[in-house]
Amino acid sequence: MSAADAQIRAWKRPPLIGNPWLRWGLYIGGLVYLVAAIATLDVNWTRVVEGLSQGLRFLEGFLVPDFTTRSRDIWRGMEESLTMTVTATIVGCLLSIPIGLGAARNIAPLPVYAVCRAVIAVSRAFQEIILAILFVAMFGFGPFAGFLTLSFATIGFMAKLLAEDIEDINEAQAEAIRATGATWWQVVNYGIQPQVMPRLVGLSLYRLDINFRESAVIGIVGAGGIGATLNTAMQRYDYDTASAILIMIIVIVLAAEYVSSHLRKWVQ
Amino acid sequence: MKVTTADGRILWQRRTQLTQWAVWAGWLAGAVLFVLCWEVMNKNTMWVFVQDAPQQAGDLLSRAWPPRWSYLDRLWGPLWDTINIATLGTALGIVLATPIAFLAARNTTPSSTLVRPLALLVIVSSRSINSLIWALLLVAVIGPGLLAGIIAIALRSIGFIGKLLYEAIEEIDEGQIESVSATGASRWQVMDYAVWPQIAPAFAGIAVFRWDINIRESTILGLVGAGGIGLQLQSSLARLAWAEVTVIFIVILATVAISEWISAKVRAAII
Repeated sequence: MSAADAQIRAWKRPPLIGNPWLRWGLYIGGLVYLVAAIATLDVNWTRVVEGLSQGLRFLEGFLVPDFTTRSRDIWRGMEESLTMTVTATIVGCLLSIPIGLGAARNIAPLPVYAVCRAVIAVSRAFQEIILAILFVAMFGFGPFAGFLTLSFATIGFMAKLLAEDIEDINEAQAEAIRATGATWWQVVNYGIQPQVMPRLVGLSLYRLDINFRESAVIGIVGAGGIGATLNTAMQRYDYDTASAILIMIIVIVLAAEYVSSHLRKWVQ
Repeated sequence: MKVTTADGRILWQRRTQLTQWAVWAGWLAGAVLFVLCWEVMNKNTMWVFVQDAPQQAGDLLSRAWPPRWSYLDRLWGPLWDTINIATLGTALGIVLATPIAFLAARNTTPSSTLVRPLALLVIVSSRSINSLIWALLLVAVIGPGLLAGIIAIALRSIGFIGKLLYEAIEEIDEGQIESVSATGASRWQVMDYAVWPQIAPAFAGIAVFRWDINIRESTILGLVGAGGIGLQLQSSLARLAWAEVTVIFIVILATVAISEWISAKVRAAII
């Protein structure tokens, strides 16, 4: 290699996607998709412009939230949301323990494993809103349907993570307990439970947090809670109350997140 | 841990007396809390409706099955809209979240006393409000339609992408920044050659992950009028046409499964 060659050769950084065909294919495909998507976007711009003044009114409402006029509705909604969250988290976590044990391949026989994995898959496939629609249709309007929704969703979440945790444990400890002649229950209690317990507690606190957020939403389809109150307020164009509710949701979520992250640190 | 001797035998117990009591008190408090919440929650519950739930469920199933497959023809348009809501919403969310993430990361923020808390506040408030609630607000403000859905998805994505991205930025290797700045690079050149290459894989992974979640969420935004397949779901639910609802659920499940598969493949390829 001569000195002239070395001068011409400039360093170029390697692209994220190595294969040039794939890279350019992705770029062009993305561009074509973007054009097609925006072309089929049917936006009523006059309505949007009209709406901006409403947006201003909403922002005003956000600056001067009205907690008092509908305080009874807000209080009832919050009460339903909070109680729903607590009961659903407790029931969901308790039920997820047997299912999580059953879904761990290293301690459960194959038929039990298949059944428990199927329960988890069903629970995770449907999102909370769709579950809420079904439960409301079956059990009637109100927080009881919301409680069932959140419990069922909690089972899918907790049992999956618990099962993965159990599959990842340090086998030596379980082996040591087994070597003393322990029964299956004793192995679970002394060899496995101490290893997964801190994370289990942490996860249930995290799930408590998620359940509150979800409880604010499922009210929109009739499953009780603060979501129902919010929906009513929006339909009445009562922006002052709506913003008061939103502020309360944000504050409670923040507080829950703060408390649960501290508790989790303390537990682990 | 405690070891005692009784009748000359050594007994091992996992906890001392005091911690044992504390654990029991904790369980008791949990049980009491549960009962209290249960009472408050169910004071308005009509148990008559709960009791005939099996009957209702049977009725529902008989009307929901078999699915009315002919309805599928009218779902392709809304499905395309749903995918557009998720994709364009994610794109807009990324555009908005990236600068916020750089402002929120401890090592790239211009001012950690003023700008950083502000950026964190944006991230937190975006994260604590579900996209369906954002959609509810936006439909009231800018009217029903796809645009409300796209903006709702984007607003919700800011918090998620912003949080994960700023954590990724905070974890980068300082040595590379130092070596690039040692060559006399400007602030932007350091960003371009030292910071960006380190977070690019994380960035792509986060974007695809959020896109996957957004597909899931955009399928239901129509319930409050923000366009997509949820709009169809809403009208079928209002007409109690459960055979159509079944078809919609199947389409939603298939879409979500495919998007999850794509996202898992892409993330496996990146990492």
